[in-house]
Amino acid sequence: MADKILFIAAGISLLSIFIALLRFIKGPSVLDRVVAFDVISIIAISVICILAFLLRRFIYVDVALVYGLLSFLGVLVVARYYERGL
Amino acid sequence: MEIAGSIFVLIGSLIFFLSSLGVIRMPDVYNRIQTGTKATTLGTIFVLVGLAFLSPDWTAKLAVLLVFILLTNPVSSHVVARAAHFNKEPMSPLTIEDKLEAKEEEA
Amino acid sequence: MKFKAAVISLILGLLIWLGLNGTIGRDVLITGIVVTVITSFFFIGTGIFTDVRLTPKALFALVAWLVVFLIELIKSNIDVMSRVVTPKVRINPAIVEVKTRLKSKLGRLALANSITLTPGTLTTDIEGDTLFIHWIDASDVDIEGATRKIVGKFEKYLEVIFG
Repeated sequence: MADKILFIAAGISLLSIFIALLRFIKGPSVLDRVVAFDVISIIAISVICILAFLLRRFIYVDVALVYGLLSFLGVLVVARYYERGL
Repeated sequence: MEIAGSIFVLIGSLIFFLSSLGVIRMPDVYNRIQTGTKATTLGTIFVLVGLAFLSPDWTAKLAVLLVFILLTNPVSSHVVARAAHFNKEPMSPLTIEDKLEAKEEEA
Repeated sequence: MKFKAAVISLILGLLIWLGLNGTIGRDVLITGIVVTVITSFFFIGTGIFTDVRLTPKALFALVAWLVVFLIELIKSNIDVMSRVVTPKVRINPAIVEVKTRLKSKLGRLALANSITLTPGTLTTDIEGDTLFIHWIDASDVDIEGATRKIVGKFEKYLEVIFG
């Protein structure tokens, strides 16, 4: 029962990643794309955690943690570069 | 307990859906940050709390992940907003006042 | 007083280490204590946490701040979500200027982060005691009104914690 509902939740999350990807493709400026990337990566962290529960693998939560760290650094570096150069 | 946890996860994914809809629909960068980056924070809280209900052994690590997201999310949205204003990204015509612009012209 | 930052960083580091491991075994505990004691030596003399008060009243204010923050988070999320789903996008944005009474840097950081995390308000820039905030539904553009509506909710608790 719980697994079925979680499967539906993961599907909805993947659909919203796809919608944010449309903004990533369209977005007129670089910063629009950065915002879309940030949204995608935060949703992806949650999807990885849901997958970790569905597959019963505790170690996948570590993957989510490292992915969050790296995407945060990526957003920070791009925004910083866009503001005044590295 | 199981049903409550999965309902929490489902609410979180619905919040994700609405916030990605906001990213598509809003007219300028600042409003996209408002509905995108920050509404997803509540979605993440719901999903991680629901997963902690479903498997109580994972609570400690999920709590670390949640605190990490709560600390880094406002920082990244603030940095993107400041870079957007520094580069004079066009604001939506609905905007009624920009105090920061007025102050920068004064200086 | 000099060791306050070191002690707080020791406790925080040990908590994060135990949370990442998820277990309290003997080996895990010994490794964590050794590493966090060594790293906390670097915090001696730095004034990072000097503004934090550790009185019972401050701990009570911390809990009250967390509760108020969670309620505000859910309330403003519902508000912003209702703006997203209406057929015509109903927004009224502006960048407003607000003043804060907080003196400590850590307190201003906490205030700016809690303003940013509630959807609808976004800290764009900070200069001294002035915060420039992008507000999705600006009902009040003058300094006093905006300060009362945005900052007032969190400031009275943060004032007790950080001073």
